[in-house]
Amino acid sequence: MSASFRYAVNVAPKAGILDPQGRAVEHSLPHLGVSGVSAIRVGRRIELTVEAADVAAARAVVERLAGELLSNPLIEVYHVEPLGAASSLVAEAPR
Amino acid sequence: MTRIGVVIFPGSNGDADALHAIELAGAEPVPLWHESATLDGVAAVILPGGFAYGDYLRAGVIARFSPVMRAVAAFAAGGGFVLGICNGFQVLAEAGLVPGALLRNRALRFLGRDVLIVPERLDTPFTRAITGRGPLRIPIAHGEGCYFADEATLDGLERDGQVLFRYADQDGGRAAAGDERSNPNGSLRAIAGVLNPAGNVAGLMPHPERAAESVLGNDAGLVIICSLVEAAAEREMAAGPALVGTTG
Repeated sequence: MSASFRYAVNVAPKAGILDPQGRAVEHSLPHLGVSGVSAIRVGRRIELTVEAADVAAARAVVERLAGELLSNPLIEVYHVEPLGAASSLVAEAPR
Repeated sequence: MTRIGVVIFPGSNGDADALHAIELAGAEPVPLWHESATLDGVAAVILPGGFAYGDYLRAGVIARFSPVMRAVAAFAAGGGFVLGICNGFQVLAEAGLVPGALLRNRALRFLGRDVLIVPERLDTPFTRAITGRGPLRIPIAHGEGCYFADEATLDGLERDGQVLFRYADQDGGRAAAGDERSNPNGSLRAIAGVLNPAGNVAGLMPHPERAAESVLGNDAGLVIICSLVEAAAEREMAAGPALVGTTG
């Protein structure tokens, strides 16, 4: 018996790592007439569905992928986010 | 004749130049497809430039998990010589076969032009044929070439002689911090190439294989390919007749 669990993995540059994309976004703000916004960091978000026996097994798979493939621990940090289920999917309850 | 392999990933674009440069350096070039689980008995391997697997997710990361990379990792662990150029450097870094990571260029732009680099060591399989410490003019072509490692790792690289090349200014001195003309991607400590701790695996951001033939205007990079060929031939001889016999 297995079920589907839906997650997002949010990856961002580590604190202290220069993020030229974030800086470029920041430099565009004056053109919008926006001030008072700073420390912009640009990352990426990966959403995925895991087939597993239970929540713990699904979570373990996601954590492994996040650490080994979806992020580079030298330069990035990640946060695993359980997602509300799409109609046919069972989601891990948001923590 | 010494056989040198060049891995071809989907999206590689420096493979033909690398194969040609190996021939110019007097060895037999051997193309190695990314799905191959063996290295066909080659004496050294080049991971060429390009955009392996479209550089999706992060440059080099998907290539890292291809079958041929398992063979490359095993070859490297056994002391085999591996040179990763540009995207090949990114693949080696993602695979943990050389230290550090390559970040997006500081100016965010893709950079395609000549730079000057100086060797830090002349006693490696990748630099042994270089005769002096003067700068070499070699092209770069990358969007993510900003070498990064944390301060402790950088100190360790310098202490242990793992810095292979640095970006240099017009006088041949190490590019100063903030010198965007000489170190256009913003690499920390102007590092253009690094070695693994054992010294048999190297990552290099500039493209020596694209500067390997004087008729095309510049052959300053050929000496790096020649170094690899020399070192590989020597290692093959040292391994004895069994190995030489199998590689014909």
